[in-house]
Amino acid sequence: MSVQMLSSGTPGWVRWANAHRKWLFASPAMIFVALLIIFPLGWTVYLSLTDAEGSVRAAKEFVGISNFIEVLTDTDRFWPATGRTFAFTAVVLIFEVVLGMATALLLWRPFRGEKWVRVAILLPLVATPVAVGMMWRLIFDPNIGLANTVIGWFGIPPQPWLAGQATALPTTMFIDIWQWTPMVVLILLAGLTSLSDEPQEAALIDGANAWQRFRHITLPLLMPTVIVAILLRGIDALKTFDILYATKGKGGGSFHEVETLNVYAYGLSFDYNDYGISSTVLIIFFLIIVGSMWALTARRKDAA
Amino acid sequence: MLRRSVIGTSLAVVAALGLSACGGGGGDAAASKTVRVTLANHVWTDNIKKALPEFEKQTGLKVQVTQLGEDQLSDQYNVKLNAGTSEIDVMMYRPLQEGRLFAKNGYLADLTDKTKSNNEWDWADYQAGPVAATTDEGKVVGVPIITEQEVLYYRKDLLKKAGIDNPPATLDELKADAKKIKEQNPGVAGFVARTGKSPAVTQFSSFLYSFGGDWSDGSGKSTVSTPEATAAYKYYGSLIKDEGPANVSTDMSWPEAMAIFTQGQAAFYTEASSLYKNATDPAKSKVADTVAFAPFPAGPAGSKPYNIPSWALGVNAASSNQDNAWKFIEWATSKAQTLENQKAGVPSARKSVWADADAVSTYPKDLVEAMNAGEKGAVGYDRPRVTKVAEAREIVGQPIVDAITGKDVSASADTANAAFQKFLDDEKK
Repeated sequence: MSVQMLSSGTPGWVRWANAHRKWLFASPAMIFVALLIIFPLGWTVYLSLTDAEGSVRAAKEFVGISNFIEVLTDTDRFWPATGRTFAFTAVVLIFEVVLGMATALLLWRPFRGEKWVRVAILLPLVATPVAVGMMWRLIFDPNIGLANTVIGWFGIPPQPWLAGQATALPTTMFIDIWQWTPMVVLILLAGLTSLSDEPQEAALIDGANAWQRFRHITLPLLMPTVIVAILLRGIDALKTFDILYATKGKGGGSFHEVETLNVYAYGLSFDYNDYGISSTVLIIFFLIIVGSMWALTARRKDAA
Repeated sequence: MLRRSVIGTSLAVVAALGLSACGGGGGDAAASKTVRVTLANHVWTDNIKKALPEFEKQTGLKVQVTQLGEDQLSDQYNVKLNAGTSEIDVMMYRPLQEGRLFAKNGYLADLTDKTKSNNEWDWADYQAGPVAATTDEGKVVGVPIITEQEVLYYRKDLLKKAGIDNPPATLDELKADAKKIKEQNPGVAGFVARTGKSPAVTQFSSFLYSFGGDWSDGSGKSTVSTPEATAAYKYYGSLIKDEGPANVSTDMSWPEAMAIFTQGQAAFYTEASSLYKNATDPAKSKVADTVAFAPFPAGPAGSKPYNIPSWALGVNAASSNQDNAWKFIEWATSKAQTLENQKAGVPSARKSVWADADAVSTYPKDLVEAMNAGEKGAVGYDRPRVTKVAEAREIVGQPIVDAITGKDVSASADTANAAFQKFLDDEKK
């Protein structure tokens, strides 16, 4: 049925509905999603402008942007947490993309036992992050953990790992890299499989070596996929919570060793019941994520 | 035709989703036959759950128990009570941790009349300290169910091997004994205790009081950098740093510290008495047959352990089933149930039960002696008495972790003192 087939006797609203059907069909889902996002976001913005604490139902006063001033001038918790969030994200992203790319290239060409190797590599991905955190916490225990036993075999003295003020953050980065590199492998492998063989063969005939073929043919062709992987992992890494919370607990440890913005905001609302400040941190954090995403997607359009 | 049905279906789905979202908030009929009880993981909870069928038979009510770990329980209350839920009737809560906050937020129903209505149940039977902790501005808001004190856990075999006849009576002796044992037994720490900034605060409190310090004075002035308090921080920190396990973590709460002790890797351990089963139960502890208990060692100001109600039962103010909720509390805290629980190893807040010789017959003898000895100098709180306890604990706990990691304790105590003063002033406003 198309617009032309409607007779002149059709009521106006049916005509209107017919002309705008793509909006009409999509609208229930769009309205639902919008409510689901706009309401919590609006509520958080509202709370961030008040001095809500104790209970969100308690009387609260509108305090304007004073929460934002307080948070943005807080060099004790907020800025260090922001720094850690970015350091964590940058380090894990670099390792995950480089290792992921290397592994994906290794798995690209068919070989014997390929299936088993792929399954083994993807295993960390399907484990629950909290369980992963607990597991590594036991392995990295400074006194009874496996990690110190193993490095002891090579004559390396025991390390504090998660217990050390300087070593805690790098150790959690390691855990994140261990868990999430497989996801990058998966995405890049899908990208690699869809590449056509012809440019590679042409380069081979022209006498290009393996590195040249990777650098000048595979990588540029794969770039859009790489950007997708960076985008997905980057946003996730910025928001990492479970691994950090499971290994170091509230406040990211006694010295806030692994306190990122997410952990900080959680502590503000669930331990301090300081909903105004907590919402402010979340809004700023949200803007940071949106900003990073925007920067990366802009980059992706360039690449594509 | 097809098109219309698609629109219809999507609308129906949206409507259904919308309705189910609203569904959660609605309460059921005024007095439901089901009492919804939220409890923490604890020996007390296990015992009560076993006895539940008896209550259900007596009253014809049904009890629905939700059982959670401490942290999850706190988060659950934060989310649900904040939203004004009526889904919780009875709640197990920590009077010293959340009591003031919950009372201030109006989450806890006023139980004053109910506690006075039943002479057989007997509110006057409750110890004064715990009652004070569950009373807010003259109103009773909870019934204390579990009390605890700090005591010294130690290993008989290691002391004997070191030629030490009696457990340390003073903190100086404790340090000397711990040092001796650590030197004698490679791989075994002389002492272990909680090290996490916030979890350590409660177990550090007895050290603070025994050194003659406190968190604040009566007029709302912070006192965490007085010479006494600073000495206590220094002592606790150096005891763990010098005589504790190698590479000690600064994140330990009781499960981690208890694990080190029960794995046989430490000689002394200061901890809440209510957790003793973890050390004496052979299924959980490698040192079950060599663990012993002693009163908290005396400091310059004597032996002043905390003696506190760690858990209480309250009624959710938003519950529409408050009378039945009270029936559950009345039963769970009755003299008979309390005695049963106390026999199973949960120290109660009822005077009559403590007077009953039967009640402590199953306890290690030295533990009962330690608790009785501690009673004299005991302090009724183990953390700052404020509304935002979690935040306060982090402030006054900072010098503990600074001391453990060998930082300048005096400077850290001064910083904490200034921060805690600001915190107290803010709360007064």
